[in-house]
Amino acid sequence: MNLFNIIEHLAEVDSDVLGRFDSRRAVFNSLGSAAKRAALATSPLFLGALFQKAYAGTTATPVDILNYALTLELLEADFYRQFIAAGLIPSGAADTAIRLIKTHEDAHVAYLTTAIQTAGGTPVAGNATTGVRFNASSLPATYVDQLKVAQLLEDTGVRAYKGRAAELTGTDLLTTALQIHSVEARHAAYIRTLRNQLPWPNATDDVATEAAYTSGIPSTSPNSSVVTLGGATYSIPQYDRTKPSPVESNINQGAVGIQPAVPVSTAFPNVYTPEDAATAFDEALQAAEVLDSSRAGGFLA
Amino acid sequence: MPDTLRPVDSESPRLAQPLYAPIKRRSFFMYAGATAGATALVLAGCSKDPETPAPSINVSLGSGDASVLNYAYALEQLEAAFYAKVVTTGAATGLSPAELAVFASLAKHEAIHRDFLQAAINRDFAGMLLQTLTYKLDSITFTDRTQVLTAAKTFEDLGVAAYNGAGRLFKTRAYVGIAGQIVSVEARHAAYVNGLFAPGSFASANQIDATGFDKQLAPADVIKIVNTYLDATTVQLDVSTIGQ
Repeated sequence: MNLFNIIEHLAEVDSDVLGRFDSRRAVFNSLGSAAKRAALATSPLFLGALFQKAYAGTTATPVDILNYALTLELLEADFYRQFIAAGLIPSGAADTAIRLIKTHEDAHVAYLTTAIQTAGGTPVAGNATTGVRFNASSLPATYVDQLKVAQLLEDTGVRAYKGRAAELTGTDLLTTALQIHSVEARHAAYIRTLRNQLPWPNATDDVATEAAYTSGIPSTSPNSSVVTLGGATYSIPQYDRTKPSPVESNINQGAVGIQPAVPVSTAFPNVYTPEDAATAFDEALQAAEVLDSSRAGGFLA
Repeated sequence: MPDTLRPVDSESPRLAQPLYAPIKRRSFFMYAGATAGATALVLAGCSKDPETPAPSINVSLGSGDASVLNYAYALEQLEAAFYAKVVTTGAATGLSPAELAVFASLAKHEAIHRDFLQAAINRDFAGMLLQTLTYKLDSITFTDRTQVLTAAKTFEDLGVAAYNGAGRLFKTRAYVGIAGQIVSVEARHAAYVNGLFAPGSFASANQIDATGFDKQLAPADVIKIVNTYLDATTVQLDVSTIGQ
């Protein structure tokens, strides 16, 4: 392909494009990590990275979205491996169910890895010692606290899938994402019940104030659209700090186009409590929020 | 393309008596349609097989995003009606007080979903709202705890599979997001009810396959089941144009 023709065409729609490609040093710096700079030595990757950086936050590729999902599944799968290996799960129904959950996460990892390879992409990878995995020093010492982490991870995973579903509108990949997403929601509900909590995020949760149920990222967190985690690098939609996701206690739903969301508790002929209104809908989290160190990102080794 | 099918080559001789009949494209299709329509009318006049009964009263969900929302609305109406009856039956269901408290929340959630979808369709697709449905639930003995739980599990798992199978029919991203916000709550419901059957169970035996995927069902398969809860002499839901 003729790079210069492409840039000429881009300049017609983006007057800033030549500024983005101003000097190699500027481009290198804007692309962030050392690993990325090293990879730039390879020409095809250089071109791919240029377009990723310049236009990230518009439309992600299917591989981007699959790798995002795979990262979270690797994290969960490794967490459950460590959770089981710690040997504190009481035998019986809980042990059987948690092992079953792990087989699901492993199956998700296998499926997503193959799907990315089939799409011609490079899947993020991880195992017990390298790559995308759960930070062993973050595994609590007691079964009760380990179970709490399980709940946070599952509920965050549900929000994470929801946060990128709209990017898959009209595609078969959306069906795939939905079929995994509802399984994660079942996991979350089960873990909650095991912890004597309601199956859904709610105001009486013992962990209601955890970042998994709020939104936003700390002002000190970077909101780069190119993220490197556990040795893997990929792009996520650019995060707008003025537009954090709704928190789980949110009661306003239904923003579509220019139509604003409405308070579900009072907008209809039947009146509902704010708590019923909040719990009837789960909320999404944007990728930057999920991967932030205050949430899933903080559990990665 | 030009509106008329007249050749534009100026060197073509203009014929007084047209071998071709210049006709506007729109008119062409009208005539083509009318011919087909006339043929259909003629065929309709032919006697049908007298053993085939007249079709039940089909109610179409419509087309486009409105139809997918109507589909969800129909399902939420069913779930809301079911749980409302569980709540009014109360302790006679055999559910424990703790279980009844959760079922009261399940009932609220479904009612909220139903009311929300009704409001959204009226707001975004005025005049296309599916009618209010009267579901017949007399196949369920509400004073039998096992039957109540079985029905709850059936409806919740059906709802999850329905949303999973219908998600890709939406054309508008915002509706995909909203549907996602609802289906995970249904999946939580499903996990909870499954757990009442057997501790440690959060899905029926065949609900999650070897790849760790939850079920997804096509609208036609779901509506077949939903229609069994409707009076076939007055209303049967038709999904043949859903999402189109």
